[in-house]
Order: sequence, then structure tokens, then C-alpha cells
Amino acid sequence: MSTNDGYYIPEPSKWPIIASLTLFVTVFGAVNTIHGTSIGMPVLMIGLISVLAMMYGWFSTVVAESPSYNGQVDVSFRMGMMWFILSEVMFFAAFFGALFYARVLVMPWLGGAGNNAMTHEILWPTFEAVWPVLTNPDNTAFVAPKEAMGAWGLPAINTLLLLTSSVTLTIAHHALRKGERAKLNLWMVITLALGVGFLVLQVIEYMHAYDESMGLTLASGIYGSTFFMLTGFHGFHVTIGGIMIAVMLVRCLKGHFTADNHFAFEAAAWYWHFVDVVWLGLFIFVYIL
Amino acid sequence: MSEDHHDHKPTGIGRWLFSTNHKDIGTMYLWFSFLMLFIGGGMAMIIRAELYQPGMQLIEPDFFNQMTTLHGLIMVFGVIMPAFVGFANWLVPMMIGAPDMALPRMNNMSFWILPFAFGTLISTLFMEGSAPNFGWTFYAPLSTTYGPASTDYFIFGVHLMGISSIMGSINVIVTILNMRAPGMTLMKMPIFVWTWLITAFLLIAVMPVLAGVVTMMLTDRNFGTSFFEASGGGDPVMFQHVFWFFGHPEVYIMILPSFGIISQIIPTFSRKKLFGYSSMVYATSSIAILSFIVWAHHMYTVGMPLAGELFFMLATMLIAVPTGVKVFNWTATMWRGSLTFETPMMFAIAFIILFTIGGFSGLMMSITPVDFQYHDTYFIVAHFHYVLVTGALFAIFAGAYYWLPKWTGNMYDETLGKIHFWISLVSVNVLFFPMHFLGLAGMPRRIPDYALQFTDFNQMASIGAFVFGGIQLLFLYIVIKCIRGGEKATDRVWEGAEGLEFEQLPSPAPFHSFTEAPEVK
Repeated sequence: MSTNDGYYIPEPSKWPIIASLTLFVTVFGAVNTIHGTSIGMPVLMIGLISVLAMMYGWFSTVVAESPSYNGQVDVSFRMGMMWFILSEVMFFAAFFGALFYARVLVMPWLGGAGNNAMTHEILWPTFEAVWPVLTNPDNTAFVAPKEAMGAWGLPAINTLLLLTSSVTLTIAHHALRKGERAKLNLWMVITLALGVGFLVLQVIEYMHAYDESMGLTLASGIYGSTFFMLTGFHGFHVTIGGIMIAVMLVRCLKGHFTADNHFAFEAAAWYWHFVDVVWLGLFIFVYIL
Repeated sequence: MSEDHHDHKPTGIGRWLFSTNHKDIGTMYLWFSFLMLFIGGGMAMIIRAELYQPGMQLIEPDFFNQMTTLHGLIMVFGVIMPAFVGFANWLVPMMIGAPDMALPRMNNMSFWILPFAFGTLISTLFMEGSAPNFGWTFYAPLSTTYGPASTDYFIFGVHLMGISSIMGSINVIVTILNMRAPGMTLMKMPIFVWTWLITAFLLIAVMPVLAGVVTMMLTDRNFGTSFFEASGGGDPVMFQHVFWFFGHPEVYIMILPSFGIISQIIPTFSRKKLFGYSSMVYATSSIAILSFIVWAHHMYTVGMPLAGELFFMLATMLIAVPTGVKVFNWTATMWRGSLTFETPMMFAIAFIILFTIGGFSGLMMSITPVDFQYHDTYFIVAHFHYVLVTGALFAIFAGAYYWLPKWTGNMYDETLGKIHFWISLVSVNVLFFPMHFLGLAGMPRRIPDYALQFTDFNQMASIGAFVFGGIQLLFLYIVIKCIRGGEKATDRVWEGAEGLEFEQLPSPAPFHSFTEAPEVK
């Protein structure tokens, strides 16, 4: 419903309640999968598929009605996306915080610093307070990795891929603003390819890490925990961002967006730059330092 | 567009399931919160019944732990927070001259996640093993190494609540920043809108941290990580740091909207402008900023370096300054006003006094060496119930009485309201004040049994609890009676009421608040 002086209020919609239900089915399936019950995996799959279907439906509705939006709705969407990205930043802040706390405080304390001499002497005498941790306090309960993940192999290439993809995305955006659709499509394809390349290399990196010769796993102590939690959630966000880019590519190919009206494209671009920035933090604090 | 079209309401169950209307969604939030108040309150009654006498009377210790855990979680996430979101939904568009919230569909989604989240949480009571039994703060390793299987349901329940809160607060922020009527500058906004703007910012900043900490719990429990496990190089104390980095701003999330409500009510019944409007805004902002650097005052006794203890002690004491500004301003607003004492005003005045008591006990505990005595005793239980029950909940009561006539078009029953107020006021103090003494004498919290010498004060507290719990049924009756009829409210409702919702909208307010932006001078 659009009111006479330009306010836009959507009609009642079935999508929010469907969204809540599909989210619930997903988490219910997730818990049951973790607990190993027989219904777990099927329910989780139904949940995930229905979440994707819901998003397709909801976003289609928004795309269809977007010509009737006014400038105020556009600003609301922009602000909403920015605040959402801030919340994502804070989600990563929790894991970065855990990493810093473990490295800066827990390591020396377990190694006997401050008033923790007895902790070290009596509880964990073999523990050495160095990062990356190659000897855990209890090395039988948590088998430490044989070596740490280096920074200058695949991770450096991945840094290059992701940074380049931010540039190519910006080139695509400029093309969109100038109405050069062929150039837009080309650079979107390149951006998506770079993103997929990043994910492929990360899978290879993970396989390498989980290989016996390295033994870096989620369960290999605090180094593995922080490593996989941070890079894993980042990879998950690259996947989401990649899906966004793919959807934008399809919409570009279908001829959606105009030179000065393409909020969805910009939102996806912001998100992509955000995962890029998070990666820089990861590359510095997880890999290099 | 004709006037009657604005009041065209969808009908049937679809009106609620598919709603994009801020008032309907606000109503659902408020009723949800009300339902949860009785569920969480029922758990409190079980706790107080068990504690009526020393020794084990009614329930098993493990069930007692489940009750304290779920009572806390439900009251924090299911009662106080949804109630304030309900107020925000109802009032923010009306107060800033907007037709609705900025993102109405997302608004409905944030509500409808809640029944699923709390359904999940409460269903843990019926699961094999037990419901979560580690306290609402779910400290590791109680919740990781030793948590029951249902803890994983609790974790995903918290994830759902977090999604709901983040979407809700994005909506509030965007509405306030983007939907204000022309002329409504930031410094002309009603204080309630200001407090919610800041609250929403806090929510967006810390709910993701809560999601992070429960995710680390989940992987520690199920996937072999060792964030909170010293033998793998982690630290259980790290759990407390991450949790309280969320938890302390969360405390202000639960009180800042109350400050907003009280700041609307006191001027109305004093028939004066709010004293020190801008200092209220700055004080609220200062409290919000400080809330990010005081979290470790919840964990003085856990073993921190001395510099940490000192820093968090001094930073915590600093919060008393902006809070003092607020209490001063409310008092100064009443000074030489022509006061009348309708029920909302009664609750508001009680709020100022009793919240201040809660604030003072907080100040006592901010002193690190002193806190070593108070930590994890009934003193802290008394403290946070003074700020959350006689603080946040009283503000919710005050706000409900204050705006019910605007929402329903009918006046509530003033006599019953006064009865509700006086019985609540007396019983809540009988309930919580003795807990200060119990705590100072050393009675630990979260224990189903106690030494004989604590009996008298515990019996007082239990009697207060039963009366306070019972009288809320009267509040339910008052609300239903008000919705169904009663003396018609005027558009202004209260003689001294100011603000767009009272000056420019009829009672009851139309389905969509402002379809044309009002002029704000």
C-alpha cells in the first residue's frame, strides 16, 4: 500500500511467518543431526532447502514490487544493510576476541606467567607457551598439529584472489553506472570466478590441514579451534557473498537494474567488500603473525 | 486516499500471521511478553516455594537448578526485551510521525521467530536428561563439559532469539533515522525514541557476540574445539569475558527503554517540561558507551590481574555519574510541578526510588574488594531484581497504564490500577529487600537448601513472592477489562500529555499512524 504523500507500506505478507518456520526447521534438524538421531539429516536438508526457497520467494516479491518504491524505502534498505553488516562485524569480533585473548593472555598463563607458576609446574609441565601451539597442555586429549599453517602459500594466493575480486566488482559497478551492460556482465563473471577460486583453494587448504602429515583439525587444541572457526566462518560468508554475486549476475543478464537504481547490486557489493576486509584481518592475525 | 481506507484491517488469524502493521506486531510482542511473564513467574514461585523452609521440600536439586536457569533466561529474553520491543513498535512510529516501521515485513519476522525460540527453550524441560541447569549465564564448563544434551537445543534457541533481536533493532534504528516527520530533528525526538535508538545500537553490537559465544560452546561440546578447555590451550574464564562483553550491554538494553518510558511519564503528571532534555540524551549515550568497558565487574572473583580489577572497578563507578544525572533530572522535573498521582505516575515514582536502591547496591558491588564478600550471594540477587523488577518491569507497568488509553481508546480502571500498584509495591519489597540481608550474611545464590539462620528472611521473601506473583493476575484482568471497554479516553488522554501520539492522533490510534507527515515545529 502506497499512501498519498509517498510512504510505502507493504501489504500483509506470508513470507515472514514462512521464514520463521523454515529457520526453526533448520535449527531443529541441525540439533538432531549433531545428536545423531535418524531424522536429523533429512530435517536439516528440508530446512535448508526451504530457507533457500523462502529467500527466493521473498526476494522475488521485493524485486517485483521494487518499481513502486520511493526514495525513502531505498534509504531504509541501505541503512538496514549497513547495520546488518555491522552486526556481522561484531560476530567476527567475538572470534577475533577469543583469538587475541588466547594468544595474549591464556598462553603465558598456562606457561606459568604471573601467579600461575603452579598451574604450569603441576598441571601442564610439558606445555610451552608459544604460538602457534604445537604442544597442547594435555597432548593426549587434544593432539596438537605437527606444524602451523604457513601464510605465503595458498593463503597468500587467496588474499590476492579476494582483493582482485573487490577491484573487478568495482569495475563492474562503474560499468553498470555508465550503462555498459556487456562490460558489466563480463566483470561480474570474473568476480564470481575469483570468489569460487578462493573457495576451491580454501577447500584444498583444509584438506591439506586435515591430512595426517599436518594434523591441523578443529580438535587439535586452541590453535586449530581459532584457525578453523575464523577461517571457516569467513569461508561461509564468502559462500553467502558468492551466492549474492551469482544472483546479481543472473539479474544483470536478465537486464535488471538501471544506471542509477540498483540497490541490490550495491548491497551485494558492500557485503563482498566486507568479507574482503575480514579476510585481511584473518590473513594478518591468523596466518602471518 | 480516503480516511476509512486507513483503518481497513485485515481480518481473521491472517491479520496476525501475515501482519505488516506496527501496532498489531507491537500487540503480539506485548502479549507474548505477558505470557512469558506468567511462565517465568511460575518458575519463580516454584523456587520461592522450595526456599520457604530449609531442607529439601518439594523438588529435586537438579530441577531447582533448571528452574533458576529457565526463570532467568525467560525473564531476560522472553519478558523484558520483547515487552520493550512491543513498546517500540507501538510508539516509535507514532512519536516520530511515521505511518509504520521502516521495514514492516522484517518486523513481523522478528516477532514470529520468538514463539519458535521459546518453544524450543521451554521444550527442553521435557527432554531426556534435563533442561539447561547451569544458570542463565551458562558458564563453561558447566554448560560445555557438564551440560545436559538439551543444551544444544538451548544454543540454537539463543541463536534464534539473537536473529530476532538483531532484525528488530535494525528496524528500530532505520525507522528512527529515516522515517521522522519533517522538522523532527534528532534533538526534538521524545526521550523514549532516543533511548530506543541507543538500545537498538547496543543490541546490534552485542547480540552477535552472544551468537559467537554460544557457537563456541556448540563446537566445544560437539566438534572437539577447546575454546573453554584449558587442557587444549583454551580457558573457561575466556567464556566469561566473551559472555559478559555481551552481558553487560545487555543489562542496559533492559533498562534504557525504561528510562525512556519514565522520562515520558514524569513530565506529563508534573505538568512541566522534562528537566535537562539534552543532558538526558548525553547521559543515555554515555551509559551506552561505558557499558562496553565494564563487563569484567561481573567476574572480580574469577582471578584477574590486579590492573584489570582496578580498571573495571573505576570504569564501573563512572557509570554512576550519568545515571545520577538522570535521577536528578527526574526529580528536578517533579520539583514545583503540579503533580497528580495516577497509576502510571505512581509506578514511575516507585521506579525512581527503587531503581536507585538497585543502583546503590550495584555501586557497592562495583568496589572490587567488597565484592569478594557479596559475589554469588543473595545480595546480587537482590540487586538485579531491584533493577529488573522494580526497575524494568515497573517501567513496563507504568508505560502500559500510560499508553493503554491511547492504544485501546478506553481508560483503564483507576481504582484497580491503584490496588495493583500498592500491593505490588509492598510485596515486591517484602520479596526482595530481605535478600540484601541474606546476601550480606552469606547465603549463596542458586542453592535449594540453606542453613537454619536464614529461615526468617527466606520466609518473608517467599510470602512477598506469592503476593507479588498473584497480584499480577489482577494486572491481566485490568488490561483485558480496558481492552473490552470502559470510560472513553480523550485524544489527549492526560491533561499534561505532550508529543505527537497524544496531540495529533485520536484514541484509539488509527491502524496506520500518520499517512501524511505531520508538521513538527
